[in-house]
Amino acid sequence: MELINKMLKGDKRACARLISIVENDEKESEKLIKKIYRFTGKAHIVGITGPPGAGKSTLTDKYVKLLRKSDYKVGVIAVDPTSPYTGGAILGDRIRMNDLALDPGVFIRSMGTRGYLGGLAKATRNAVKILDAYGCDYIIIETVGVGQSEVDIVKAADTVVLVMVPGLGDDIQSIKAGIMEIGDLFVVNKSDLFGAQRTATEINMMLDMSPKTDRRPPVVMVTANQNKNIEQMELEIQKHYHYLVDNGLLEERRKKNIKRELLELVEEELKKLVIRETENNGELDSMTESLFNKETDPFTLRDTLLSRIK
Amino acid sequence: MFDKEKFEQLKVARKNWEDKDLNKSLARSPERKEAFKTGSGDIVERLYTPEDINDLDYMEEIGLPGQYPYTRGYQPTMYRGRLWTMRMYAGFSTAEESNKRYKFLVDQGSTGLSVAFDLPTQIGYDSDHPLAEGEVGKVGVAIDSLADMEILFDGINLEKVSTSMTINSPASVLLAMYIAVADKQGVSPEKLRGTIQNDILKEYIARGTYIYPTEESMRLITDIFEYCSKNVPQWNTISISGYHIREAGSTAAQEVGFTLADGIAYVEAAIKAGLDVDSFAPRLSFFFNAHNDLLEEVSKYRAARRLWAKIMKERFKAKNPQSMMLKFHTQTGGSTLTAQQPDNNIVRVAIQTLAAVLGGTQSLHTNSKDEALALPTEDSVRIALRTQQIVAHESGVTNTVDPLAGSYYIEAKTKEIEDKAMEYITKIDELGGAPRAIDAGYIQKEITDAAYKYQMDVEKGDVVVVGMNKFKVAEKAPQGLLKVDPMVGEMQKKKLVELKAKRDNQAVTEKLTALKKACKGTENLMPYIVEAVREYATLGEICDVMREVFGEYEQSVML
Amino acid sequence: MDKPIRVLVAKPGLDGHDRGAKMIARALRDAGMEVIYTGLRQTPEQIVAAAIQEDVDIIGMSILSGAHNHLFPKVIGLLKDQDADDIMVIAGGVIPEDDIPALKAAGVAAIFTPGALTTEIVQFIRDNVKR
Repeated sequence: MELINKMLKGDKRACARLISIVENDEKESEKLIKKIYRFTGKAHIVGITGPPGAGKSTLTDKYVKLLRKSDYKVGVIAVDPTSPYTGGAILGDRIRMNDLALDPGVFIRSMGTRGYLGGLAKATRNAVKILDAYGCDYIIIETVGVGQSEVDIVKAADTVVLVMVPGLGDDIQSIKAGIMEIGDLFVVNKSDLFGAQRTATEINMMLDMSPKTDRRPPVVMVTANQNKNIEQMELEIQKHYHYLVDNGLLEERRKKNIKRELLELVEEELKKLVIRETENNGELDSMTESLFNKETDPFTLRDTLLSRIK
Repeated sequence: MFDKEKFEQLKVARKNWEDKDLNKSLARSPERKEAFKTGSGDIVERLYTPEDINDLDYMEEIGLPGQYPYTRGYQPTMYRGRLWTMRMYAGFSTAEESNKRYKFLVDQGSTGLSVAFDLPTQIGYDSDHPLAEGEVGKVGVAIDSLADMEILFDGINLEKVSTSMTINSPASVLLAMYIAVADKQGVSPEKLRGTIQNDILKEYIARGTYIYPTEESMRLITDIFEYCSKNVPQWNTISISGYHIREAGSTAAQEVGFTLADGIAYVEAAIKAGLDVDSFAPRLSFFFNAHNDLLEEVSKYRAARRLWAKIMKERFKAKNPQSMMLKFHTQTGGSTLTAQQPDNNIVRVAIQTLAAVLGGTQSLHTNSKDEALALPTEDSVRIALRTQQIVAHESGVTNTVDPLAGSYYIEAKTKEIEDKAMEYITKIDELGGAPRAIDAGYIQKEITDAAYKYQMDVEKGDVVVVGMNKFKVAEKAPQGLLKVDPMVGEMQKKKLVELKAKRDNQAVTEKLTALKKACKGTENLMPYIVEAVREYATLGEICDVMREVFGEYEQSVML
Repeated sequence: MDKPIRVLVAKPGLDGHDRGAKMIARALRDAGMEVIYTGLRQTPEQIVAAAIQEDVDIIGMSILSGAHNHLFPKVIGLLKDQDADDIMVIAGGVIPEDDIPALKAAGVAAIFTPGALTTEIVQFIRDNVKR
């Protein structure tokens, strides 16, 4: 494919087109990923997540600018929610990153979730692969504002930065432990605000209460809109990366994610296969019927279906 | 408010009226619509009676003109004493062109000047800045240095006129230039009268001509408060503006709530900077919009006056009555004008003029009929000014103070808007004050929600805009619109080159260096800016010094 | 898979009046499109760079300051330079009738002036986007 060659040579338009393909066209997307997969795995993938209003976009902007000082090539994927009613979305994260638009070493792409839950879009992981093959040293994924269960970012990133701010009305305690567990690094943004120290203390207390592990995530206080202490955050992200590498954990983490992705793909395909097998001829309905009437049980039917596919 | 026995009789009478007269009437012919709404989308009842205002205490809530809480106006005689200032906002192209328009306006009976600056000036760029390309002289006059300002006011005696300048982020620079021009005319600063808009918060909210971050902008503003209280005592140091908030699509109650919340933030900032509330509060002025819903608008102004008086007295413990008086300029609503059948706009502006006057405005700009299409021509500006003169001299509404007071609807509506505005203020207080609420995008989002609702109502036809979504005609393209000479940018650039060759560049550098040092400290910046301006440092040079030290504001958008 | 139309909504130049741009952004979202909103004070260079990276079908710009004759053609010129003139450009704002023919000749596909309904704009985009 010509687009792939262009993209590999660093053509932004081709890169953008390819990301559209993975967003829009499943068949073409598969062909594409097959061709570029061997070029991936080089970038350090950083996830930036946290509640709405935490200042994730501003933080991303400042972080990217810092990385650019060392001439790293950076890709950004910013995910915003798609309206479940209309299928439309307003993707507004670029507003905070406008002066990066013209930097030749930065590629920013906004994505709507398009009905996918978990804080990312379905195509995010594949878009990351494209940016990886495109030659980015860093790929930053900014998730939608998370509530309680949008933790897919761990499946996609090497380092997850969890951003908090004082005074959002939510105590740290009220944020589900599940979310706290995904943070490799905690950032208290807007630390010029009243209550910032308290937020940091609460996070620290919570981390101290968590089961002991080899590495306790650090808490960094920044004020992104004043560009304050971003260096510290960057340093901690690097330290985390080195920690992973030095302890063989990067490989472990990535393998875990690759395995998970593979199983998800299989699961998805298997489901499609079963549906194709049974939906049109009415078999799925009659199976449902017999289950409803307690003539059989779901496990037996599962085994029947699976044996047929084999 | 009413005699108890009579009030009970009224309740009975009303019940009977509803059961008999009203129901019969409704049965015969139903009303035109299920719900009747104000221009802001609030429900209007069929009938207002003493029942709707019985809870109001007349002396406490309404009172007498010139007395707290100033609901009926801040002066005892209002327009019987002196009419409002007819102040037409004008400015375009070069200082030379705008100077001609000002002289024309003064000849036509305008009683105050109001200067419109172009966007590069408003954002602190000289005309030769790359971002100024295509914008020079378009929405106002281009001012790059004191040299332009001298031309702008050439032949206009600054001791005699009061001048309003719509300038915000670089307000201190333009005020410094004005002081310097006056000085050259031999007019000392304490004699100068006028207003600078100087309201950065609404720029962040709605108008967009910001430069510096919030904290630094607030410092510039309080520096001006302090400097003027000592040196330019008759100058209105800020015009806290709801106008643009309304233009952005807010409701009337939001206009009041958000504007007064901004006002609270300025007062707090000045007090924090060590100023005594009564030293600067009398020089605070306000700026509101006038939309088409006459009675809602009149109520809005009255509500704003009453609420501000209470805030100043109760929240800030002001002692000087002047600190409690909300004085305001009004401009008719630009967003209410239609590009279709533009002559209809004359009628809209007349209604809006009535609203502002019945609401007790201190000064008024009336929009011209062609402003949805382009900058106004002299002819259309004349009609707009005549509209004010007709209301002032022929309509009779100026003969008595606050003539609509006591209307059950007006008083009920005044109370309703006051209450709603106070709810917004409380919410903003909870968010940590206006700057924080803006930072969080709260205020912008509320306005956008209201604007979108209105837009959808227009598109569904629930709101009728005559000539636009109803009563349409086929129209020819309008003729004779004002065009700004596209060469203005080039002319300004040439002037800048000449200026930089002529002035004492070493003195400029010295003054700018001194300013920079002051920016890094905590001193009042005004004297340094005045010094730099006198040496013909350009607006862009001065603003760049401050940009370098202060940084720039980043927009907060919530869609 | 259903491919939503992607639109970049931008305010070029120094004009701060974004009520119209925000209304359009919301209306397009409600019509099922993906709107990349870039906010105020965008240079033509930034707009084109963003449009390319976001791989949008269409760019919508609004100007009320009178700088349209300068800024709209500049965006179109940059799109051509970067081989991206398949991206359609539409515009709105206070644009005098006299200026419209030249802007259309420069390549602006449609110009919506005050009073235009969001439904008209949605329909225009649906009918004219190349897919």
